[in-house]
Amino acid sequence: MIAELGLAALWLAAALALLQLLLALGFAKADGAKAARPLALLQAILTLLAFGSLIAVFLRTDLSVALVFENSHSAKPWLYKFAGTWGNHEGSMLLWVAVLSVSGAALAVLEKRINEKMLVASLGAQAALGLGFYAFLLFASNPFARLNPAPLEGRGLNPLLQDPGLAFHPPTLYLGYVGLSVAFSLAVGAMLTRQVDAPLARAMRPWVLASWIFLTLGITAGSYWAYYELGWGGWWFWDPVENASLMPWLAATALLHSVNVLAARGGLRSWTMMLAVVAFSMSMVGTFLVRSGILTSVHAFAVDPQRGTFILALLAIYVGAALILFAARAATIREGAPFKPVSREGALVVNNLLLSVILGVVFVGTLYPIIAEALSGEKISVGPPYFNAVAGPLALILGALLFVGPLLRWRSDRRPLAKWVLPSALIALVVVGISFAFAPEMSLLARFGLAFGTALLPASILPLFGRSLKRTPLAVWGMVVAHLGVGVALIGMASDSAFTQEKLTVARPGDKMQVGPWLIELAGIAPVAGPNWTAIEAHLRASRGGGTETLRPQARTFTSPFTETSETAIHTAWNGQFYAVIGRQRDEGWQLRLWWKPFVTLIWLGGVLIGIGGLIALVGRLWRERRWGRQVAE
Amino acid sequence: MSRPVRFVPIALLVVFLAFVAWRLTVPADTTIRSKLEGKPVPSFALPEALPARATFGSTDLATGKPRIVNFFASWCVPCIAEAPVLRELKAKGVAIDGIAVRDRPEDIAEFLKENGDPYQRIGADAQSNVQMALGSSGVPESFVVDGRGIIRYQHVGPIMPQDLDLILTELEKAK
Repeated sequence: MIAELGLAALWLAAALALLQLLLALGFAKADGAKAARPLALLQAILTLLAFGSLIAVFLRTDLSVALVFENSHSAKPWLYKFAGTWGNHEGSMLLWVAVLSVSGAALAVLEKRINEKMLVASLGAQAALGLGFYAFLLFASNPFARLNPAPLEGRGLNPLLQDPGLAFHPPTLYLGYVGLSVAFSLAVGAMLTRQVDAPLARAMRPWVLASWIFLTLGITAGSYWAYYELGWGGWWFWDPVENASLMPWLAATALLHSVNVLAARGGLRSWTMMLAVVAFSMSMVGTFLVRSGILTSVHAFAVDPQRGTFILALLAIYVGAALILFAARAATIREGAPFKPVSREGALVVNNLLLSVILGVVFVGTLYPIIAEALSGEKISVGPPYFNAVAGPLALILGALLFVGPLLRWRSDRRPLAKWVLPSALIALVVVGISFAFAPEMSLLARFGLAFGTALLPASILPLFGRSLKRTPLAVWGMVVAHLGVGVALIGMASDSAFTQEKLTVARPGDKMQVGPWLIELAGIAPVAGPNWTAIEAHLRASRGGGTETLRPQARTFTSPFTETSETAIHTAWNGQFYAVIGRQRDEGWQLRLWWKPFVTLIWLGGVLIGIGGLIALVGRLWRERRWGRQVAE
Repeated sequence: MSRPVRFVPIALLVVFLAFVAWRLTVPADTTIRSKLEGKPVPSFALPEALPARATFGSTDLATGKPRIVNFFASWCVPCIAEAPVLRELKAKGVAIDGIAVRDRPEDIAEFLKENGDPYQRIGADAQSNVQMALGSSGVPESFVVDGRGIIRYQHVGPIMPQDLDLILTELEKAK
């Protein structure tokens, strides 16, 4: 029954989305906004009901539902039954649709800054987006399909995905991806009604900020998840799936900065509309790349071309329509207020250009294997050597821009800026000098990453100088915290790449080895068992100076389905992490991979700081506009 | 904004769509063709895998008749699945040489006792050096080598019953 309820709710929601689209197209005569608002709200309630139904059948392990049979198992811990709801294609698409319709409802209910005409147009765009995905779910990937007779036991879930991280990582990213749909719909609505102006930017800004916060936190969490779950010791692999989340983030970061120019100065109008379209397009491109499997390596064996074709068709329709609209209306979008090259606008333009070039670099690198095969028939894969060498220096220039950009005034800045920039440059220079003295064979990228990151710590706080701290808007505080996070993350990345010490060894119980400052003893090896796995566990005693830490890395074997994974053991100290993985038994001993990674934690601390900075700015914006709105009402 | 510039984004989209649509309609060919096909076997000489069992080197492969060089290991589960097919090939008169990858003599002996022994000669490749030299990415993997010692065909993964005709055809072509 529950499954049928979910399916019915989904069909109803699709019908409402169609109504909403027709309303926007002007087929219905009723007062547009009055009808559009409840329609959007009801649609969100129905998709939430459908998603809730799917969660319910997963929690009850209702094996008569095909999706549950394929992805779950009665012996699985409840948290993973719950997370298993979206740990598969159909469930994740339902989550996508649920977030899409909830965003639409939030836009309908909360948005008061733009006029009714534009709101109805934007909601129509949002409904059009929804319709495609409803069709995708209902016709090509029904999550509620039944099995008759019901099997006795499910097939389980990929054990790599049995991790608390999974419960939160994909939904966070999805909130970010789909949140960008609102920016897209607002841009389409504004272009349709010819109202590309500052009020639109102020309406769009919180959506962009919120999506960007989720994307930032989602990527940070995903990076940490890959770091401790895969057991390879790395935190970013330039894998197509990772790039699929990085590309929308880069576009959203650019949009976040350009929308400020439009809101504050009315400038960069066409460019901001373009970015709003590109940001959501990148979310769809990312989803397409991951779901169609066209980029996965030789080892992929579960590719479904039909699904890929469906998403590609949606992408062609939505992005194509938006870009044609852009081409048609670009001439009518007015130019904003003029500005001099040395100005806040100028710095933000450079920021946008750099981010766009990095986006292009990642995009081309991710797709290059297909391009190469099309042109020469060669099979190649593009990895860190390309991405680090090309995107790395660009990112460093972007970091250096932060020394001066946030200090500039709008429109034109003729102040002598040297006294502001000089201290930062000096710090960077000193760090470069020190690093040459103590670590002469550091890579260029790591050396400058370390230097710029360190210099950014004080430089990012400079915009607060000369301000009354009490009166400084929260948005400025948010910017300072986020830029500080960039510096912190840069230091972490540089430190990890330059100072990591690795040891791969075969050890027997009782063996001792030195890894960086740590003395490690393999105290013993013992078998352990969990609810649906058995494992070999190493007992490592790690000491440096004073106390002794105990680490227990495991090599796990899951029973349903049969899979082997390695559970890393990580000890976090104030100045880095000790990371241990146990491998196969070999020649009377056990393979151990041990790393000492100084200050690696700063990478994710930086990521979290960037997210918190965004959150502070978002709260500041919303609070300010509410107060402003109240004043206007009075 | 000038007129042509406005249409650049949509043009880029069309190029992107064309590329990925092409790739969707022509699914990726996931078999990796050996660059060594049509080339002589790279030179190698293998130590004995088992005491009192003949081993071989690259120069021993040019025997005037096509043969199969098969990479296997006692720790490799698909190799067990492949074993009956190799026995069948042997019964049809096909000469097979085995290369035991990263293995121990007692384990190899045990493996051959349990799964049958289709090999004329067996060499030991303790560090996978020969495997790398032949461009093999995993175990099991088989090469059809013609009578002049030239690699004619590379089979990635186990030779399953449905692959038998394919292998026999390749052997026929290599004559």
